[in-house]
Amino acid sequence: MNSEPYSPAGPSTMSVVTRDIVIQNHLGLHARPAMQFVDLANQFTSEITVEKPLADGVDEAVTVDGKSVMQMITLEATQGTKLHVTASGEDAAAAVEQLAKLVDDKFGEDE
Amino acid sequence: MEIMKGIGVSPGVVICPAVVLDAEDLVIPRRLVDVNSVDKEVARLREAFTKATDDLNVFRAELKAEHGNDIASIFDFHAGLLKDKTLLNSVLKEIQTSHTNAEYAVSVAMKKLAGTFLAMKDSYLADRVKDVYDIEKRVLRTLIGNAHEGLLNLQQNVCVIAHDLLPSQTAALDKNRVKGFACDVGGRTSHTAIVARAMGIPAVVGLGNVSSAISGGDLVIIDGTRGVVIVDPDADQLTEHEEYVRQYIEFEKELATLKDLPAVTTDGHAVTLMANIEFPAEINDALDRGAKGIGLYRTEFLYMASVIEPTEEDHYLAYADAVRRLDGRPLVIRTLDLGADKYIFGKGPSKEANPFLGDRSIRMCLHNLPMFKAQLRAILRAAVHGDVRIMFPMISTIMELRQARMVLNDVIEELEDEGASFKGDVPVGMMVEVPSAALLASNFAREVAFFSIGTNDLIQYTLAVDRTNERVAGLFTPAHPAVLSLIRDVIRAANRQGIGVSVCGEMAGEPLYTLLLLGLGLNTFSMNGPDVPEVKKIIRSTTTEHARQVARKVMSFDSERQVVHYLREETRKIIPEAF
Repeated sequence: MNSEPYSPAGPSTMSVVTRDIVIQNHLGLHARPAMQFVDLANQFTSEITVEKPLADGVDEAVTVDGKSVMQMITLEATQGTKLHVTASGEDAAAAVEQLAKLVDDKFGEDE
Repeated sequence: MEIMKGIGVSPGVVICPAVVLDAEDLVIPRRLVDVNSVDKEVARLREAFTKATDDLNVFRAELKAEHGNDIASIFDFHAGLLKDKTLLNSVLKEIQTSHTNAEYAVSVAMKKLAGTFLAMKDSYLADRVKDVYDIEKRVLRTLIGNAHEGLLNLQQNVCVIAHDLLPSQTAALDKNRVKGFACDVGGRTSHTAIVARAMGIPAVVGLGNVSSAISGGDLVIIDGTRGVVIVDPDADQLTEHEEYVRQYIEFEKELATLKDLPAVTTDGHAVTLMANIEFPAEINDALDRGAKGIGLYRTEFLYMASVIEPTEEDHYLAYADAVRRLDGRPLVIRTLDLGADKYIFGKGPSKEANPFLGDRSIRMCLHNLPMFKAQLRAILRAAVHGDVRIMFPMISTIMELRQARMVLNDVIEELEDEGASFKGDVPVGMMVEVPSAALLASNFAREVAFFSIGTNDLIQYTLAVDRTNERVAGLFTPAHPAVLSLIRDVIRAANRQGIGVSVCGEMAGEPLYTLLLLGLGLNTFSMNGPDVPEVKKIIRSTTTEHARQVARKVMSFDSERQVVHYLREETRKIIPEAF
């Protein structure tokens, strides 16, 4: 996984940060995790998009609004699905950092 | 435009706007709003979303206080969807582009969203479609409030679209305005089918997802003859179907001319055509179609249309009403046939592993004597006004028949002791719809005044097919040689004993089987009123000898396909319009 977020400029300026994440929790990005993701995303001013790129079993790449639970659910991101999270705005780096952490922590689910 | 294929269960074609019923009977009206009112609808919508969110939050707080956070958090997703701008915007867009009222826009947008969920491969996620339905209802309830349009006072002709029609819903329909039915589930003998045929309006069932594909106000063509529903038809289809509707009306008119002509073959053999009814009010229409009496009065609808158990007086009033309308013509009253697929309102299905093999019909009556006796008392009391006959359903052993008779005798004694006005010597018959009764028909024939063959159950029990299960409904056919040989033997046993015999199942009203049943020696056919003219036309166009030849040939076949193919050929020679 990409560990270094891309952050070209200093704080308080517009920046675009992207990171790959992998859904690890057992049930995938189902209703509750999707809500947690969206609730967290909405705490940032940056625009946040999530892309499901082409892969085995993914016939069509989709990009959705990371602040819409309805759109996030339609990603159908099951366990093992790889996603690109992109934030653009002043707090982009922090947003991507915290969202990635939420996913890596398996949304706090006990496995 | 979308064409959906289902099972045509009541013939005819109709073109009119749809009313979609959900489980709560919310009717979603479609109104076009002018450009100036779009803002008003948008405001109503935003308000409804806010109010729905507030209501949900109150509900969540209550749940949390009562059951803890785990239960309450189930509704977090609902709250999340309600405050999701994507969802709100999709509804707003619908209002702004289609200029419709907020209710309709919600229904359209939610149906699209539900479709997305249903298409998901992950079954857990697909199942979340229930949450979509739930928030749809939440928003709609807020928008419509208490002022929702009931089905009792419709302003225009409509087709009713539903997942499945409940007896309580059909009982509440404005029968003058409802011109067709289309349902997601059901088969040829489902409640919707029976009611549609009784009302003489087209119906298609087993369509899968028609109730989510159609929104209230959509123009719909329901073709009950071909089992097709067309949503938002294009101009060509409209023209084609309007022509088809016109032809159909012509054919109906031609059949109507048969009304007063007798049901006799060209060589002078007369048969009796009767009608099946659920409600006494259907009698006039049945007589108009040329029926000579009622061969099956399904009394369980008295129970299903009511919230509380009907009293003896309720029974009596209904039966007396029916007898008076018949003015001396026969009325065969079938005693309660509840259980299995028909339950008493409010009680719901019984907890039986195998309800069709369980405590239903006559068995249930013999286990609920006060209920059974109330009905029998009412029948005997109503019998003084005309020609009433009693028929016991689902007899499977001779002991059941004798027990039922004993109860009837008890009731006669009671009425005598009370000095009530009643008639004790009414003819008592039985339904033959269980293979055991059909196999022993000659024994039963010695103890009853008539048989009525209930083909729907006889087929189901003989072929081991649940007719309401879409996955196996295709195996359900009267044409199976095993079913046909049972029917032949029952008719033969009755004729040898010199008692009456009729067929009162769906088969009696299907033109395809008229020649065969006639040839097997059947003398009474009881069917849905609207089917009478067509069956009569076939009878009036053939000879007993020809019908016997057809029956002999059919009985030599060993597959239902041969049977159906041959009968279709033969029937088409008489009425090409029927197929």
